This record gives sequence, structure tokens and C-alpha cells, in this order.
Amino acid sequence: MTRALELRQVSKIYGSGPTEVHALREIELSVERGELVAVMGPSGSGKSTLLTIAGSLEAATSGQVLVDGVDLATVSRSDQAQMRRRSIGYVFQDFNLLPGLTAVENVSLPLELDGVHGKAARATGQKALEKLDVADRAHRYPDELSGGERQRVAIARAIVGERGLLLADEPTGALDSVNGEAVMRLLRAAMQRGVAGVVVTHEAHLASWADRVVFLRDGHVVDQTVAPPGPESLLASGDRH
Amino acid sequence: MSVPHALLALLSEGPKYGLRLQNEFESRTGEVWPLNVGQVYTTLQRLERDGLVETDGEAERSQKRYRITSAGGHELANWLRTPPDLVPPPRDELVIKVLVALEVPGTDVHEILQVHRRHVIEIMQRYTQVKAAAGEDDLALALVADAELFRLEAIVRWLDAADVRLKQQPSVAAAAVVDLPRELTRKMEVSQ
Repeated sequence: MTRALELRQVSKIYGSGPTEVHALREIELSVERGELVAVMGPSGSGKSTLLTIAGSLEAATSGQVLVDGVDLATVSRSDQAQMRRRSIGYVFQDFNLLPGLTAVENVSLPLELDGVHGKAARATGQKALEKLDVADRAHRYPDELSGGERQRVAIARAIVGERGLLLADEPTGALDSVNGEAVMRLLRAAMQRGVAGVVVTHEAHLASWADRVVFLRDGHVVDQTVAPPGPESLLASGDRH
Repeated sequence: MSVPHALLALLSEGPKYGLRLQNEFESRTGEVWPLNVGQVYTTLQRLERDGLVETDGEAERSQKRYRITSAGGHELANWLRTPPDLVPPPRDELVIKVLVALEVPGTDVHEILQVHRRHVIEIMQRYTQVKAAAGEDDLALALVADAELFRLEAIVRWLDAADVRLKQQPSVAAAAVVDLPRELTRKMEVSQ
């Protein structure tokens, strides 16, 4: 089966000579469809760089990035841009909604940019908002929405259409822990529909929603969790009180 | 978890049999804390001896219906308002392991920190699975799981902070290790 995302020996170097910075070093990472992977690591470990390279927002210095089995380096710039619009969804910490557009216009924008007719794009956008329980906010502008609602709209925009890969950088932003958890539940629900996800977070309680947690340090993948044995193992440990 | 006070709380709603108390205890703590029926009866016996609960008479223990007394009500009200002991001595096993690791030649302390970080996050994943499977409306389970998750997250944050501190001043960290626990214990005792 084709993996939704595969990074093979990916390295990223910024600058050159004495100012050279190795942001990523020979990263190997695969994400299956339906899998949610969290990336954790200290500041400067390369988490955000990994995400931008996975989403083809910037190019790797060496190595291969495959999205749905397609090596990004082998396709033209315009095809890369099309892949970004059609296959990859992004969620950012600060939501990145356009203030002059309503919720449904924000969500349907990537489809319209991709040539989908306005009415059809907005109908698809409306469906994405329904999946995230914010359909009744479709015609509100971002500054008329609460923080939690704005993030739901941002996630709707990231999963609208047939996108198979969702990349999120600190997606719970400044939300409190309960609203942050709601965002993670929504991401998990998207994975259950077959979307693959990579979430960068520094909060362990949010990372624990992932199927797998990958740890970065100084640009290397240093470790990852193994599949949890299942919730019943907690109960089997007996009465500890 | 104080089982006696949890039972008093359940009895504050009205008289109940031991078996029902066991069921309610488990369901209301999100079934994360199992409690066997023997523990329930032993605890009830002690509460009865101390005058905090009473029964109707001399029936078999499974036939006895327990009621909270007014002394039991006072005890429960006091317990709810008494802060738990949040200032244990700094003899946390994980802290000690890391302090010891600093002194063992050839040990990569960052690797030791990562082993523990991964282990804690794997436990957190299991609690989150429990919460995810239960749905958003199971309040008791969410509260119990959150308590464990945030306690475990505090450990991860400490491991992260230790990682950064070690990176910033590896030689100082190694030199300071010997007297640190004793000094910290002394300071905590003075402040209490």
C-alpha cells in the first residue's frame, strides 16, 4: 500500500560555511493512511522544518520526500503547487484565516484556487464545516468567531476536498487544554476517515492523542514510541491506592 | 485516593449496600481505580467502628445497609477541604536516577532522559485511549484521566527542562550533583 508520506534520508542545511546550520539530518519517517504521528522535541530540534519540507513549502537539501508515493523532486513547480492544494492540508498555530473572507469562503478558497466552480466549492466547504460542527458559523468572519471556532474552521480548510495528508504545527495554539483536546479529537476523527496526519507539538498531553510519537533532537529522529498495548493494560495493573 | 472518604461521599446520597458501593465507586472514578468487594467491607467495618457509618443490625455483611452518621458527614466535609500533602521530600526515584546517571562514567544522560520520556508518554497514550474510547460526556473518566495525564505531563516537562539545563551547562551539572538532594531537603524542611 502506498504511504501517505515518506521521508527518506532527508537533510536540510541552512546557510553555508561557518554559518551553516544542519536543521535536519538524514530523517527517515513514514506515515500510513489513517495514522496520526506527533513530533516532539526541544526548540531548534527541527520540528517545524520537518513539517514545511513534508508539505513541500520548502525543499530538502538532500533526500526524498514522497507524498502519496510521488517524489516531490520529480514533479514541476506548478504540479507541486497543485499537490499542495489537492493533497495536503495545513493547520497553523495562529489559524491563518483570511480576515476579509467568511468561514465558508476561507474553507472553500483552496478548491476555488484549484479551479473548482465557486458554488460547488462553497457546497464542499459547507460540508467540511458540518463535519467540524461549525456549519452554523459559515457566514461569520474570523473576528466574529471564538478561538475554538476559528481553529475548527482552520481544520475544515485543511481537510476540505479529497486531501489525504494533514500537517499541523502546534494546532491547538493558545487554546485552553479542554479546547485543545477537542481539536485533537477532531484530528483523530479525520484520521478515522483515512487521512494521515503529522502534528508538531510541545505538549505531551496533546501528543498522547497520536498513534505514534516521534522525538527529534538536533535534527535527528532519536526515538519513537511503540504502539500502545491498549487501555485495558491500565486496569490490569490493579489497585495502586 | 482515600477509599473511606469516597465511600462516605457515596453514602451521603442515602443508605446503600456494600456491593452497590463497590459498583458506584468504580463507575464514578471512570473504572480507572478498581476496588474489590473485600476492601469495601473492611473499610465499612472500620468506618462503623469509628462511628462514621451505622447499619440496621446484625445481618450478614452482604445484607447490611450502611448509613452515614452526622460524625461521618463532618469528617467528609473536613476531608474535602483539607489540602493533600503536595510537598513530599525530594526523593523522587526518577530524579535520583538522573542525578546518579550524571556520575556514572560513559553514560549519556540525554539518552537516559529520553528512555524515561518515551516511557511516560506511552503511558499517557494509554490514558488518552481510555478517554477517547469513553466519549466526551463521561465526566468522571475525563477528570480521572486528566489528573493522571497532567501529573505525567509534569514529569515530561521536568525531563525536557533537565535536557535543556544539561545542554547549557554540562560540567556544572556534574559537579553540583553530590550535595544537591541533601541541600534541597534541608531547604524544604526549613520552609515548612
